[in-house]
Amino acid sequence: MLTKRMIACLDVNAGRVVKGVQFVDLVDAGDPAEVAARHAAAGADEIVFLDITATHEARGTLIETVKRTAQRLFVPFTVGGGIRTLDDAAAVFDAGADKISINSAALARPELIGEIGAKFGAQAVIVAIDARRTGREPEKAEVFVAGGRTATGRRAVEWAREAEDRGAGEILLTSMDADGTRAGFDCGLTAAVSGAVQIPVIASGGAGNAQHFTEVFREGKADAALAASIFHFGIADVRALKEELQRVGIPVRLPC
Amino acid sequence: MIAVVDYKAGNLTSVMKALQALGADPQLTSDPAAVSRADKIILPGVGHFAATHFLETSGLKAAIRERIAAGVPFLGICVGLQWLFAGSTEAPGISGLAAFPEICDRFGPGRKVPHVGWNSIAVRTDSRLFSGISNNSYVYFTHSYRAPIANATTAVTDYGGPFTAGIEHDNIMGVQFHPEKSGEAGLQILRNFLEWKPC
Repeated sequence: MLTKRMIACLDVNAGRVVKGVQFVDLVDAGDPAEVAARHAAAGADEIVFLDITATHEARGTLIETVKRTAQRLFVPFTVGGGIRTLDDAAAVFDAGADKISINSAALARPELIGEIGAKFGAQAVIVAIDARRTGREPEKAEVFVAGGRTATGRRAVEWAREAEDRGAGEILLTSMDADGTRAGFDCGLTAAVSGAVQIPVIASGGAGNAQHFTEVFREGKADAALAASIFHFGIADVRALKEELQRVGIPVRLPC
Repeated sequence: MIAVVDYKAGNLTSVMKALQALGADPQLTSDPAAVSRADKIILPGVGHFAATHFLETSGLKAAIRERIAAGVPFLGICVGLQWLFAGSTEAPGISGLAAFPEICDRFGPGRKVPHVGWNSIAVRTDSRLFSGISNNSYVYFTHSYRAPIANATTAVTDYGGPFTAGIEHDNIMGVQFHPEKSGEAGLQILRNFLEWKPC
């Protein structure tokens, strides 16, 4: 049976894994290659490497870090952050990524989705959507770019559908309302997006405990769920989370 | 020499990396002459079945066919497995190697497509490629088309119905999933292929 995926996310700044709450108070959480290997050994089904380095100069270091991280990683490996062109994507694939994640650049020029898909396959293109509720109805949640600073006026559900039409292989949906709270995923938003597309949806933002994952897989209809801080700081262990999910009847990859 | 055939479809870095981690020295090539010297051939590939047309026009298909007939072990991965069949409804005008007579087809409605993620494989006990792999091990898939069950199918996965996850006939082998991305189980399958010798 196809299992629900548990994905560990590394936020990488200037070559180090960091974690802050709502992008402030960044705490060092280690070397990306070591952290990724540790998560894979602990049972993570996939690793996402998100470059949050703001400066252009640090991009060269990024490629080296990606290469080092990918070197002995034998689970799917996604890299996102700062990918604006087909050439940027090609460099990241060359360094060992299996998929790339694009966000602002896809909104600025949606053709980029199809261009990368045509060269590397649709399965290699994840469109990341950062969304915030504008009211009670999840269908009206709005898409933000630039680390959540700029509103786009577009609805998340509608943008997800367009991304699918343009050839995205998966959607990575982050709830800005839930992100960093550890109070649970936005299941309503996730269900609205998951129901609007045929491609898999990865839920992100708000993971705090096993109950939250159960909810996002059941009520949120997520195909995968992503978390960062609860894994890095040992608040939750992937294998222990999976065992709890298995107990309540959610298919997960165990043993892993 | 282990030839990894590059037919300009997708990213082959991960396959090369996994083979190197297992101590092999694979050579990435689009040259039929290099394939003709290979002791083992791997045909990876993600993307559209139409990309396999390059194998035909480049002379790679003829070189592969000749090596397979000479007993050289061959492993197709993902689209590489589908190419072992007669063809695919994804690209009706393009024929595969036709080592197996069936046609690959798209997943039916009612489920998300592509089929992405870790799914289990039911493994035939007489399989050599899956030797040492426990039944119902999880491996990583990402695809929208799949091969039907054939006589030579040695691993079966279910996604809205059973399909071929692994196939073996003499020195011809294929896997629909990505062994290079399937953790320890995947590495063991690649190791079995690297150590494969004729009976």
